[in-house]
Amino acid sequence: MSASLHVALVRLAAWLAIILLGVPVAAGLAGVIAPAFGWLPALGGHEPTLEHWQALTRRPGLAGMVALSYASGLASAALALAIVALFIGVFLHSRWFGAVQRLLSPLLAVPHAAAAIGLAFLLSPSGLVSRWLSPWASGWQFPPNYLFPGDPYGLALILGLTLKEVPFLLLMSLAALPQCRARERMRVARALGYRPLAGFLKAVMPGLYPLLRLPLYAVIAFASSTVDVALILGPSTPPPLAVAVMRWLNDPDLAMRFMASAGALLQFAVTLTALASWWLLERLVARALRDWPGDGRRRFGERVGALLGGGAIGLVVVLVLASLAGLILWSLAAYWPFPEAWPQPLTPRNWLRGAGGFVDPLAQAALIGGVATLIALVLVTGALEAETFRHRPPRAGVQWLLYLPLLVPSVAFLFGLVLMQTQAGLTPGLAAVIGGHAIFVLPYVFLSLAESYRRLDPRWTQLARSLGASPAGVFWRVRLPLLTTPLLTAAAVGFAVSIGQYLPTLLLGAGRISTITTEAVTLASGGDRRLTAVYALLQLLLPALGFALALGLPRLLLRRRAGLLSRP
Amino acid sequence: MKPRAPCGWLSRLSVAALLAVSWPAMAYQLDDWASVVAEARGQSVYFNAWGGDATINEYLDWVAGRMADEYGVEVVHVKLADTAEAVSRVLAEKAAGNTEDGAIDLIWINGENFAAMQKNDLLYGPWVESLPNFALTRPQANPEVREDFTLPTAGLESPWGKAQLTFYYDSARVDEPPRSIPALLDWARAHPGRFTYPLVPDFLGSSFLKQALLGLVDDPEPLYRPVDEADFAAVTAPLWEYLDELHPYLWREGEDFPASSAALRQLMGDGELSLAFTFTPSEPAVAVANYQLPKSTRSYVLDAGTLGNVHFVAIPFNASHKAGALALANFLLSPRAQARKQSIDGWGDASVLAMDALSERQRAAFQADSDNPARLPPGALANTLAEPHPSWMERLEQAWQARYVAQ
Amino acid sequence: MNPREITMPSSDSLILDAVRIALDGRSLLALDLAVAPGEIVTVMGPSGVGKSTLLDYVAGFLPTAFSASGAVRLGELELTALPAEARHVGLLFQDPLLFPHLSVAGNLAFGMRAGGNRRERRRRIDAALDEVGLGGYAERDPATLSGGQKARVALLRVLLSRPRAMLLDEPFSKLDATRRDELRRLVFAQVRERRLPTLMVTHDAADAQAAGGRVIELDLPSDAG
Repeated sequence: MSASLHVALVRLAAWLAIILLGVPVAAGLAGVIAPAFGWLPALGGHEPTLEHWQALTRRPGLAGMVALSYASGLASAALALAIVALFIGVFLHSRWFGAVQRLLSPLLAVPHAAAAIGLAFLLSPSGLVSRWLSPWASGWQFPPNYLFPGDPYGLALILGLTLKEVPFLLLMSLAALPQCRARERMRVARALGYRPLAGFLKAVMPGLYPLLRLPLYAVIAFASSTVDVALILGPSTPPPLAVAVMRWLNDPDLAMRFMASAGALLQFAVTLTALASWWLLERLVARALRDWPGDGRRRFGERVGALLGGGAIGLVVVLVLASLAGLILWSLAAYWPFPEAWPQPLTPRNWLRGAGGFVDPLAQAALIGGVATLIALVLVTGALEAETFRHRPPRAGVQWLLYLPLLVPSVAFLFGLVLMQTQAGLTPGLAAVIGGHAIFVLPYVFLSLAESYRRLDPRWTQLARSLGASPAGVFWRVRLPLLTTPLLTAAAVGFAVSIGQYLPTLLLGAGRISTITTEAVTLASGGDRRLTAVYALLQLLLPALGFALALGLPRLLLRRRAGLLSRP
Repeated sequence: MKPRAPCGWLSRLSVAALLAVSWPAMAYQLDDWASVVAEARGQSVYFNAWGGDATINEYLDWVAGRMADEYGVEVVHVKLADTAEAVSRVLAEKAAGNTEDGAIDLIWINGENFAAMQKNDLLYGPWVESLPNFALTRPQANPEVREDFTLPTAGLESPWGKAQLTFYYDSARVDEPPRSIPALLDWARAHPGRFTYPLVPDFLGSSFLKQALLGLVDDPEPLYRPVDEADFAAVTAPLWEYLDELHPYLWREGEDFPASSAALRQLMGDGELSLAFTFTPSEPAVAVANYQLPKSTRSYVLDAGTLGNVHFVAIPFNASHKAGALALANFLLSPRAQARKQSIDGWGDASVLAMDALSERQRAAFQADSDNPARLPPGALANTLAEPHPSWMERLEQAWQARYVAQ
Repeated sequence: MNPREITMPSSDSLILDAVRIALDGRSLLALDLAVAPGEIVTVMGPSGVGKSTLLDYVAGFLPTAFSASGAVRLGELELTALPAEARHVGLLFQDPLLFPHLSVAGNLAFGMRAGGNRRERRRRIDAALDEVGLGGYAERDPATLSGGQKARVALLRVLLSRPRAMLLDEPFSKLDATRRDELRRLVFAQVRERRLPTLMVTHDAADAQAAGGRVIELDLPSDAG
């Protein structure tokens, strides 16, 4: 490949990435802003008006909805960050680190909804824990009447979100640790007499945190606008704002679309406010702790920290595994009355009942996820490679554009996206669905890959160029092979994101494309817990395979290239 | 009939080109059923129907098989989690100016969704009176097949099945279930936390409000006229008084509500509730067969009757395959399809056909095929209360939310 | 430099008692050694002989792939079972590894033991910087320092943590000849002044010569092809 062709292709990929994200999100947002201010001719809205905003402010419980979304977003992110930081701080130097890391990474594959369903199975009044304790310990012959999940403070929601975010943040941290030379920093700190947790917090965390900032923002944005998790674990009177917006959007009274659009914009504002609050908090903490690393104290709640860090991560692992176990039990259960702790008899009937229906949706999901991930991977590597030409990261504006689909709540722009699809005469179907998935996959792939790509030692490139390699040669034969592990991890993350998409699949495919997730969600709406469990487990299968490949392939391919496998 | 193309790729191509240009969007005539069936052959009909129940999905698989074999129509069941998703799509297509090439050919619909689509001119028709099988419903004698929540269907939607609010309970835990709305309050007091209703504005939750209101007012007459013509506060005062008393004895003391009919049934299966209700009379029996409810489940209807309604199928104004959709709607009304639908092994949804319009052999297929104890006793469904005017539903929902959602 | 820190000389020897380190069951090195207070023992040997592994072992960072027997003592104090941070063994790396998130003063404060108010701590930092010719550098970003300056700050950081023994892991190899000479003198003077038993690994004979103490040559084990 000639040097100029390579440069042109790479630049093209960068632009395509921006167009793929920017145009649909902008169009989608426009499709929400216009009705929010009264303009939607198909429903007879021809005049700009603020009346729908007034209707929104008159909604009963609106303040509670906003507060729930805002608080659950920030609280779950803070909790997840604390757990991950404590865990790394306490275990980074120990030999348990690798084991727990291997145990946790696959948990990332558990889709949000499946994790939430599993958690609800586990902790509800008739759930597994309550069954195990009844009646011998609790005296309950019938399920007790406590309010969890669905408690009015959103604690169950926060717990569920935290469970999902911990593996994600941990994976992002693992990628970032070598970049901030965590091992070396830790060695210096310990040689200077610092206990592990104090050493980590004072010497490593300040370098690690900037690398976690964007993933954290993504987590806050997701948590403050989640619909699927909130539906299962969140309170109902009032629900978090995103759930209410989705209900309004689906209200049979089509005139509600106007207010729903205003609500979607409000949701966007709530997410932005949550992000701004976090940013402010960051500043305050940084300022308050400016002199802290230099106060010379060598210990920082080491014993409590070890207990908390170990305990919290243990609890996360146990809860997620127990949720999975609950799913498996329900998928094999016949009628399973309270308080029996074990379903009797076990039956394959639920699986057989589902069997006819899940082969095609599985294949369809794999195809869509595979192609969308490939598109995203190509565009993201292109965009990152283009950065190396300019020798500087892109302007902040472009950066934010890449994260837009994560930050703009999807309930907000999907309706607009369907409008645009129809207007552009794009037939709903496989191609549209793949494109839609790529929009959501791309930011996560970017998130997973960007830091590794940017921090790849530039001397490798310089060395290869000085040995006579062309830019294309350097890209294909040096940079990509060096990045095998991060590339595969990014692909697995992207694939898992694609598998989890419900609304884009439904809307852009006009419902004609059915994936394992659309099947699972529609079946879940029918409330057959056994079939739901079967499909939730199936939904987990593909991303789990993806992660197994991402973690296993390098070990296999690179078993004679240990230098590329070096893990933190 | 579709002309056969002569041999040779050139002539085939030219005919195809000709067809593409000249074949009109509506070659069939509604009054000539044969022309509908002829045009339907070879079409793919996208039937958007709620996909939350594996039993219903299996029934639709059977329908698809029959339609392919007998009419050459491919039926694709687009599984929805919520009918509103389909309404949204048609709306988006209209907003974008797509008037001929819509993605949805047939929607399973009733009540508010129908009212909304009709009001915004999103439906094709009238066409229902042209279906040969429609006559089997004896519309003169059974006006409910032409009425959807008191709104005339105006030939825009074809009846498919019947629903009636049906209570069910676990007979192992409940000796004598309440048989009226006031009795329900006493029962809840005696069994705190064992009854609830779905979150308003879920369809079933809102229906409970209407059922309770009908059971509490002295004179139901104003409920059958638009809400604006009545003194809403005065008419509904007994309802709020009732709910204020009831809520502390509900599941989770009325602080949280299940999201849907399905979630309600789930809570019954988990033993958290011992009394619940549904709009699908066969649901408890089907759920027992699928291990979701205990074998001791029993169904009944309140002594003074319960709300009943008919559900329909409708064609969007811009459906791409209207002929195929018409053929499918007609097949859904056929005695064979209705009998299988009513059978407990099929789906268990009550037929809309008038038995006296059928031949003896056709009638035989409708005989109760099993005596599942979870089923309603024969004749229970005769006691039907008509749905109030749709405008009441919305006002009741708003008032409920203002009263119980606001903090 | 603050008198308080000079008046805390170490009087303990660093003792390596029958230390054997093996990798995958293959013996890597064996050593029996006592380093007296203020003595600098140089360990030399070709690459791959396990010089750095030896320091890892003494400092408490031996990777789990290695197995070791024997004991490390500081005077009577048994170090072998202690975690790295409890050993009070100062470690100076080839790479100065100054924390990029802290200023020069912040790096030194990080090394300094707790105690004293902010103003006192700062005075001691300024004094320490004056001592090594870096007066006025306290607020500098470490990234703006030259290699020699960084190395001096790294040395100060270790010394301020009041170690009771020193391990030098090729600490001068990245410097140019002049700076190397300067820094050697500085480091050796400081460890002698504090009477720290010091173990230095290097493959530069000039380092050994400048240290002027015993030199131990490690050889590749005979069975390691």
